Amino acid sequence: MSIKKGRFGEFGGQYVAETLMSNLYALEKAYLHYRDDADFQKELLGLLQKYAGRPSLLYFAEKMTADLAGARIYLKREDLNHTGSHKINNVLGQVLLAKKMGKTRVIAETGAGQHGVATATAAALMGLKCEIFMGKEDTERQALNVFRMELLGAKVHPVTSGTMTLKDAVNETMREWVSQIDDTHYVIGSAMGPHPFPTMVRDFQKIIGSEIKAQIRQAEGRLPDAVVACIGGGSNAIGAFFEFIDDTKVRLIGCEAGGKGVDTSENAATMTNGTPGIFHGMKSLFCQDEYGQIAPVFSISAGLDYPGIGPEHAHLAEIKRAEYVAVTDKEAVSAFEYLSHTEGIIPAIESAHAIAYVRELAPTMSRNQVIVVNLSGRGDKDVASIARFKGVEINE
Amino acid sequence: MNRITNAFKNKKAFIAFITGGDPDIETTGKLIIEIAQSGADIIEIGVPFSDPVAEGAVIQEADERALLGGCTVDKLFDMVKKVRGKVEIPLLFMSYINPVFVYGKARFMQKCAECGIDGIIIPDLPFEERDELSAECAKYNITLISMIAPTSGERIEVIAKEAEGFIYCVSSLGVTGVRGEINTDISEMIKRVKSVSDVPCAVGFGISAPEQVREIAAVSDGVIIGSAIVKIIGEHGRECVEPVKRFVSQITRRTD
Repeated sequence: MSIKKGRFGEFGGQYVAETLMSNLYALEKAYLHYRDDADFQKELLGLLQKYAGRPSLLYFAEKMTADLAGARIYLKREDLNHTGSHKINNVLGQVLLAKKMGKTRVIAETGAGQHGVATATAAALMGLKCEIFMGKEDTERQALNVFRMELLGAKVHPVTSGTMTLKDAVNETMREWVSQIDDTHYVIGSAMGPHPFPTMVRDFQKIIGSEIKAQIRQAEGRLPDAVVACIGGGSNAIGAFFEFIDDTKVRLIGCEAGGKGVDTSENAATMTNGTPGIFHGMKSLFCQDEYGQIAPVFSISAGLDYPGIGPEHAHLAEIKRAEYVAVTDKEAVSAFEYLSHTEGIIPAIESAHAIAYVRELAPTMSRNQVIVVNLSGRGDKDVASIARFKGVEINE
Repeated sequence: MNRITNAFKNKKAFIAFITGGDPDIETTGKLIIEIAQSGADIIEIGVPFSDPVAEGAVIQEADERALLGGCTVDKLFDMVKKVRGKVEIPLLFMSYINPVFVYGKARFMQKCAECGIDGIIIPDLPFEERDELSAECAKYNITLISMIAPTSGERIEVIAKEAEGFIYCVSSLGVTGVRGEINTDISEMIKRVKSVSDVPCAVGFGISAPEQVREIAAVSDGVIIGSAIVKIIGEHGRECVEPVKRFVSQITRRTD
């Protein structure tokens, strides 16, 4: 047994119950095998291209660029993927891997429902049983996604423990996994959790950044000055960033959920307010109190409403390779509306956090500079909750 | 010979688990004294955590009650210090790694030593991550208990070689909580331990009924009962001391 695997600086690791350890070893072994297996990679790429619709477009947001009168803005259109977000990249990889490992059942947590829908989709496609754990509060604010998952053949379990949101959904999925481990793979939805998940999920998502690099070279003949992405657990951000980590002139900026403000008690701003801790299998940064009790967090976005962050982001922040900023609910909602009427693209409320920061950043940059923002998902799922936020009563 | 090793000497040990601060700190103190007097050989005190992922509903709810009641690890240290003079048997903390890490690992172990805690069980600190705490535990002479599970397989020998105090054998897959039956081949797990180490093996997860206790005790060095006791505490609140004593006495008659 090797010691201290899966570290990003001091962050990462495998802090889980002994019951899970053999399974994590088997997963790591299978992952390392298939990562270098040409047939597996060919099959996965085939799914990504012919089923999920990759490569996703890199769209020049001409009107937004003109309006902000600064850097040239490109949107990486992960919202155009099948199931409407970047989540499908990771899920196709993990479910295919689970199938190769002989697993017959997948389980997953979901916040906004995007990862749950993606997992249910891949499970339907590949013929695996699927059960999704979702905080009860989230099943209410994302009721359509619950129905969508059921339509895809998944069983959805509303989680009523704790704060009834994403963190509790992760807790409950871990409890389920430890109870039925032989035939079951836990499809973790973000670049977080115990090793090998943070590395594996990042590898499945790094196609975003690889495509951006090729596409922006074609469009602009150069690398971007900044890559901007929203960040909850951090999978779309690490997917967009990873290919640029060695290109140190490219600024990497993650936008986290500032909720009602980072100075209030109602936010999910882990990078701003979090401290080092060990939770959900990893050493990273967490919103917590002086006794290490995990704090209840808040965001209008169910997908960013998580009190931790993937360990690679904690490391990138520590070595100052990436920057992290907080965006409030109000700014995100304003950006949600802004992108909708400026470009005719309704972004996921998660992605709207990145758009909100770009509205501040672009005008401070020159017109020959380039920003790529990862539009991680589409906003259809959020229309009803944005209406509620604005005090508009509509029936879904 | 330290207190933990002594607890297994010439007998099957009965290890009782209670959640610290449930229903309140004072009652936890009384429970420790009474459980010890009723014949338990070791007491495990759970440090309540906001997100106890290894626990079933019974202990999750106990953790919630304790935290709502304002329990902190500082209050637990103070309480243990007070009862330590009245209790001879080993007292252990069961804590998730985060409360220990955030408190400060060395500071936590120093406080444990000062108040008379003998050892610590960390369910989310597997063998691979033991060195997160091993230096601090060694410095303050706090025994870091190792766990093995039905899925451990060839890991058992590796874990057993470095185990100290006793090995916590997880009886079943899943989380803590009362189970009707235990299907794991416990004696096979323990045989693997004994092939490399003479460290005692205590079995926990899902044990509640006196008949189960007798079966498990026959093939192991001790039994750990948690949820069944915590359930009584949950049902009786501050009036739980008498019914818990009755339950513990029933069990100790089976392990003696």
